[in-house]
Amino acid sequence: MNLKLWISCGVAALATSAAAQDSNALAVDGEALLTETAAPLHMENVDTIYSGWRFRASETQALQSDDFDNPGMIFVDQAIDLWAKVDGSEGKSCASCHENVEDFAGLRPTLPRVEDGELVTMENIINECRTERMGAEPWKWSKGNMTAMTALIGLQSRGMPVNVAIDGDAAPFWEKGKELYYTRVGQLDMACSNCHEDNYGTMIRADHLSQGQINGFPTYRLKNAKLNSSHGRFKGCMKNIRATPFKEGGEEFKALELYLASRGEGLAVETPSVRN
Amino acid sequence: MAKGVKPRVKVPKKASAGETITIKTLISHKMESGQRKDGDGNAIPRSIINRFTADFNDQNVIDVTLEPAISTNPYFQFEAVVPESGEFKFTWYDDDGSVYDTSKKIEVS
Amino acid sequence: MILENNMTLTRRKTLALGGSALAFASFAGAPAFASLTDDAIAEMTGGAEIGEGAITLTAPEIAENGNTVPISVDAPGAVAITLFADGNPVPAVATFNFGPLSASRSASTRIRLAGTQNIVALAKMEDGSFQRASANVKVTIGGCGG
Repeated sequence: MNLKLWISCGVAALATSAAAQDSNALAVDGEALLTETAAPLHMENVDTIYSGWRFRASETQALQSDDFDNPGMIFVDQAIDLWAKVDGSEGKSCASCHENVEDFAGLRPTLPRVEDGELVTMENIINECRTERMGAEPWKWSKGNMTAMTALIGLQSRGMPVNVAIDGDAAPFWEKGKELYYTRVGQLDMACSNCHEDNYGTMIRADHLSQGQINGFPTYRLKNAKLNSSHGRFKGCMKNIRATPFKEGGEEFKALELYLASRGEGLAVETPSVRN
Repeated sequence: MAKGVKPRVKVPKKASAGETITIKTLISHKMESGQRKDGDGNAIPRSIINRFTADFNDQNVIDVTLEPAISTNPYFQFEAVVPESGEFKFTWYDDDGSVYDTSKKIEVS
Repeated sequence: MILENNMTLTRRKTLALGGSALAFASFAGAPAFASLTDDAIAEMTGGAEIGEGAITLTAPEIAENGNTVPISVDAPGAVAITLFADGNPVPAVATFNFGPLSASRSASTRIRLAGTQNIVALAKMEDGSFQRASANVKVTIGGCGG
């Protein structure tokens, strides 16, 4: 077993000026969220799993610990407006059928999941409602409306442990996702595991490599000052290694999303998180 | 009117007379700096919030001039002293002439 | 054999540290727009003498991402504080004018920094005098596509 060089504290120490936050314990508005736990049994090469929050500089960590300071929350506000907005041929809004968005607590930790033989994500569920019940146009996977809504619905499960099914109907999708995770692609000939399993905790130039967990998605990235979906991030990662990315919402990314979610089993949902 | 601009403010609901309170404000705005180039290499023109004011019962608390270096979704935190009950009014001025505002009441005992 | 391995590791570590220090140093050379900032400050003060020590300027030593850098400034007794980023193409960042109901003369915000540079704060005090403070912020290039 490799000994990982754990330098997140070192990096935090370098970056610390006035931030008094403990870089190992995340609390949002006083409520503690679990950012570290034993790795699930199916992960052979990792003992402990850590949320991406643990790998960020203390200023970035601080942004997530207050729901006002968290820039992702402006988009949650926008989604609250969207919730009540009538859209589509049926003259309905989300609120017409779903009185309280709070009723969706417990949904996000189980996604993606299999429904009628298909693997579905939050985006699929939302678009199904829009097209089948509202008579509205489906939202694009990673555009503002969708990321805001997945953030609002995901937020209802914040703090709850990630818990996706990987057996039974889900098994073939999970196996596919696992295979993708370990397959080298692109001109740089790299697999997800090369960075996120073999080298998490080390620096790639000035980026502190995380384990590539998705418990905080959609996440507000400082880099583009907006919410990013997990498929949007996968696409960016693939481009970075000069590979032709799979399609957002396509079977490969959905399978990968399931596999990655399972690697975060037990971590708290942090949606909407703040990352680099 | 720039698209999707939405303000968000955090003001305590209650305070004692003469107490110092902390106010946080955020507004979703792209803050196009004027430095970026489009696909053809042409500079995308600047389009930012250029001024932010906070007033309480018509008295000014802070008046901020913003330049393109203020990040997307401009955020400000500052302190005010509240002599009596009343209403805070927050106003943002856009390069394109739009004005966005929101207000928050506070009860002072 | 063991001794040799240890020495190799140590040397590699030292080289790596030296290398990164060099990388930072080359970026921290006189930013291209430093004189623009000096000019702007001179224009604001009319050439008057500028004191130091009255402003607390808080900025990270290393910014995780230059797109969103949280900073704060505090100058008791200031009427206005202007911030500059001396390495940005447009050095002016913001001016905070404190009104009659302002409590502490302080403000926090998030700014964009184009590269490693100094943030400079210029405060105009109640008595008409000026104060100055600066902080160096290293802005890094990410590995995963920046």
